Amino acid sequence: MQTAKQTKTPNSTLDKAKKGKPITIVNLPQGNIRSQLIRLGITEGDTLKCIERLPGGTIVVQKNRQEIAVGFDLAKKISVIIQS
Amino acid sequence: MKSDNIVNLNSVKESQINFDESLQLVKKEKVVLVGNPNVGKSCVFNYLSGMYVDVSNFPGTTVSLIKSNYKGKDVYDTPGIYGVSSFNDEEKVAKEIILDADVVLNIVNALHLERDLFLTQQLIDMGKRVTVLLNFSDELKKRKIRISTAKLSEHLGVEIIETSAVNKTGFDKIDYAIEHAKVGNQQLDLHFMLQQVMDKSIPQAEALLILEGDQETSDKYNIPNGTADEREKIYIGRRNRVNEIVDIVEFEDSKKGEIFNLLGRLSLTPLTGIPILLVMLTLVYFFIGDFVSQQIVNYTEKVIGKGVFEYNVKSFVADYTPSTIDVQVLDQNNNVVEQKIFAFKDGINANQQLANEFKNFSSKPGTVSEFHYSNPFVRLFFGEFGVITMTITYLLFLLTPLVIGFYFVMALLEDSGYLPRLATMLDRAFNKIGLNGRAVIPIMLGFGCITMANITTRLLGTEREKSIVTAILQFTIPCSAQLAVITVLLSGVGIQSLLIFAGVIFTVLITLSTVLNKMLPGESSPLLIDLPIMRFPRMSNVAKKTFFRSYGFMKEAGFWFFVGALAVGIMEITGLLNVWQNLLAPLTTTWLKLPREAASAFVMGMVRRDFGAAGLFHMHLSAMQATVAIITITLFVPCIASFVVMLKERGWKEGIAIWIGTWVTAFFIGGLVAQIII
Repeated sequence: MQTAKQTKTPNSTLDKAKKGKPITIVNLPQGNIRSQLIRLGITEGDTLKCIERLPGGTIVVQKNRQEIAVGFDLAKKISVIIQS
Repeated sequence: MKSDNIVNLNSVKESQINFDESLQLVKKEKVVLVGNPNVGKSCVFNYLSGMYVDVSNFPGTTVSLIKSNYKGKDVYDTPGIYGVSSFNDEEKVAKEIILDADVVLNIVNALHLERDLFLTQQLIDMGKRVTVLLNFSDELKKRKIRISTAKLSEHLGVEIIETSAVNKTGFDKIDYAIEHAKVGNQQLDLHFMLQQVMDKSIPQAEALLILEGDQETSDKYNIPNGTADEREKIYIGRRNRVNEIVDIVEFEDSKKGEIFNLLGRLSLTPLTGIPILLVMLTLVYFFIGDFVSQQIVNYTEKVIGKGVFEYNVKSFVADYTPSTIDVQVLDQNNNVVEQKIFAFKDGINANQQLANEFKNFSSKPGTVSEFHYSNPFVRLFFGEFGVITMTITYLLFLLTPLVIGFYFVMALLEDSGYLPRLATMLDRAFNKIGLNGRAVIPIMLGFGCITMANITTRLLGTEREKSIVTAILQFTIPCSAQLAVITVLLSGVGIQSLLIFAGVIFTVLITLSTVLNKMLPGESSPLLIDLPIMRFPRMSNVAKKTFFRSYGFMKEAGFWFFVGALAVGIMEITGLLNVWQNLLAPLTTTWLKLPREAASAFVMGMVRRDFGAAGLFHMHLSAMQATVAIITITLFVPCIASFVVMLKERGWKEGIAIWIGTWVTAFFIGGLVAQIII
C-alpha cells in the first residue's frame, strides 16, 4: 500500500504550503504522531486545503469542515505535493 | 461468546465478584460515554446523572473519570479522545474504563463526522455494544447539511440516535439507546486478524489493542504486540472505511460562509489576531478592572461589607465586651472634621449614658467607627483583622464579585472556541520557550486559579512541557483572587507601577522558561490541535459554568482563608508574629524597603497568595513600595492548595524544588527592584 502511494513524489514539505492552495500529503513522519494525524483525518494521499500559514510556519489545514493546526516542527516532517 | 472469554480469563477474583453480585441479584451494568473532545459528552452525562460537570469548548477539560448512577446502572464520563490507546493520560484513563464497559454510548459531533467516526469504528472493532448519539443535529439544519441516519446505521451496524445537547432533544431516547446497544459491523480482514489473537483466549477489545501495538495491553497478557506496520494497516483501513461511509451518508446543500467562521480565521493570523487579542484584553480590562473591581466592589466592600456587616457585628460585640471606639466624622474629601473616642470598660450596655452619647454621635452622616477590643480573643475573631469580621468582608464582598467576573469572562472565551485559535497564533512564540501553543490553555486558566491550572497541565504532550508550565504557573502567574487585590492596589498608584510590575513578572517568566528549556532533557512535542467551530457563546452554558466554578473556588478558598486568618491572629496574640517580623526585618526593611509589618503578609501568602496581597491593603505604602510588595508577593510561594496538587501531579522532588525556588526568586527579584526604584 505504501509503495503504491510513493509513486507520487513530494516536491515540498507542509511548512512551505501557501495559503489557499491545495496540498497532497505524500509522507507522514513515523511514531505516535503518525497515528494521531491519521485519526484526525490526515492520511497519505489525502488532499487538503491550506487555509492559513502563520509567520514562523504554523500551518492550518482544512479538510471538509474540519480545521487542524499543525506546528512548524511537525509540518517540516510532512512531505507533500504543493499544487500550483 | 464474549462473556465466556471474560469469565475464563479473569479466574477466581472475577467469579467471586459475580457470585457476590448474583447473591444480591444485582449486576450493575456499566454504561460508558465516549467521544472526541467537544462533542457534548458532559452535557449527556449531566442529563443522566443530574450532576454538574464542567462543559468547555476546548479539549482537555475532563481529565479524569466521573462516575454516577442512572436507573440502577453505573454511568461513566470519560475524557475526550480521538482513539483508544495510550498516547496520553486522557487516553489511558478512558481506555481502562472502555475495556470494562458493558455498553458504550458513543457521542458523535454531526458536524465532524469524518473525524469522529474513526473512534466509533474503533469501538465497534473492539466488539463493544455501542449506540451512537449523533449530537449537534440542530446545527446541521442551520448549516444545510443532511446526514442519512438510516444509511449510517446500516453501514455501522449500530443504532443512531439524533440528539442536540443544547436543547436536550433526543435525550428522552437515551434509555432506548442503552437497551438497544449492539455489536456493529467490522471489516472482514480485520476480523481474521483479531480471531488469531482471540484464539489465545484474549477478549476482542484487548486483542484489538494488542494488534494496534498498545504496550500496556500486550504486557498484561505477556505476548508481543502488533508491529508499527500492522497498526498502520489497521488505522489506514479504518480511516478509508470511515471516509467511504461519510461519502455515502452526508449531503451538503450549500456552503454557508458565516461571520463567525471569518472571525475564527481572522483571530489566527498575527496581523489581525493580535489586534483582536488586544481589543479582547481591553474589553476584559474595562469589565473586570474597572466595572467589577471599582464600581461593584466599591459598593459591596465599603457600603455593605464595612458599613453594614462589620459595623453591626462589631457594635454588637462591643455591647458586651470592654472596648474603645474611635469615631471620626469625615467631610466629602475624607478630611476628619470631628473626632471622639469612647471608652467602655465593661461593654456599651453597661454604661447607658455614654452609650446614648455614642449612638447620637455616630449616627451623623459620614461617620466612621473603629472598634478596639481589649480582650485578645475577641480581637482574634472580631478585631480589625478578625477571623470572622475581616474574612467575611473579604470573601463575600471583595473576592466574590471579582471571581465571578473573572470566571464569566473565561467562560465566554472558552465557549466561543477562541482559545484553540489563540493557541495556534501563539504557537511559534511558545516554541521559543520549549512549549507549543497548547500551553496557553493552562496558563490562561492559571489567571483564574493556579490549583485548577496545575491539573490542566496534563493535556500537554511531554513531561518536560508539564514541568515548564507548572513552574511558570507557581512562579509568575497571579490567580484571579490575587489579581483582584493587585488591581485594587495598583489602580490607586498610576500606570508606571503597572508597567514595572508587568515588565518584571514577564521578564522572570521568559528567563525561567528559557533556563528550564535548556536544562531539561528531551524535546517538546509539536502543535497538533483541532479547531472547534467558532460560535456565539451560549449564555445558559456560560452562566452555569460561571456559577459552578465560582462556587467551587469560593468553597475551597473560604476554608483556607479562615485557616490563614486564624494562623496570623494566633501568631499575633502569642507574640509569634513579632518574632517572625523581627526575623525577616532585615530582609523586609533594608532589602525590600518595606515596613516590617509586611512580613506578616508573607505568612498569609503561604496559605493563599491573595491573602498576602490583601494584608498590604492596611499598610500605608508609597506607590513604589506597593509595586515592590506586589512583585514579591506574586513571585512568592504558591498557595497551600496548589502546592498539594502540584506535589500530586509532578512528584515531591519537583514540587519542593519549585516551592523553594519561589522563595529565593521572590526575595531576590523583589529586593533588586526595590534597590532600583525606591
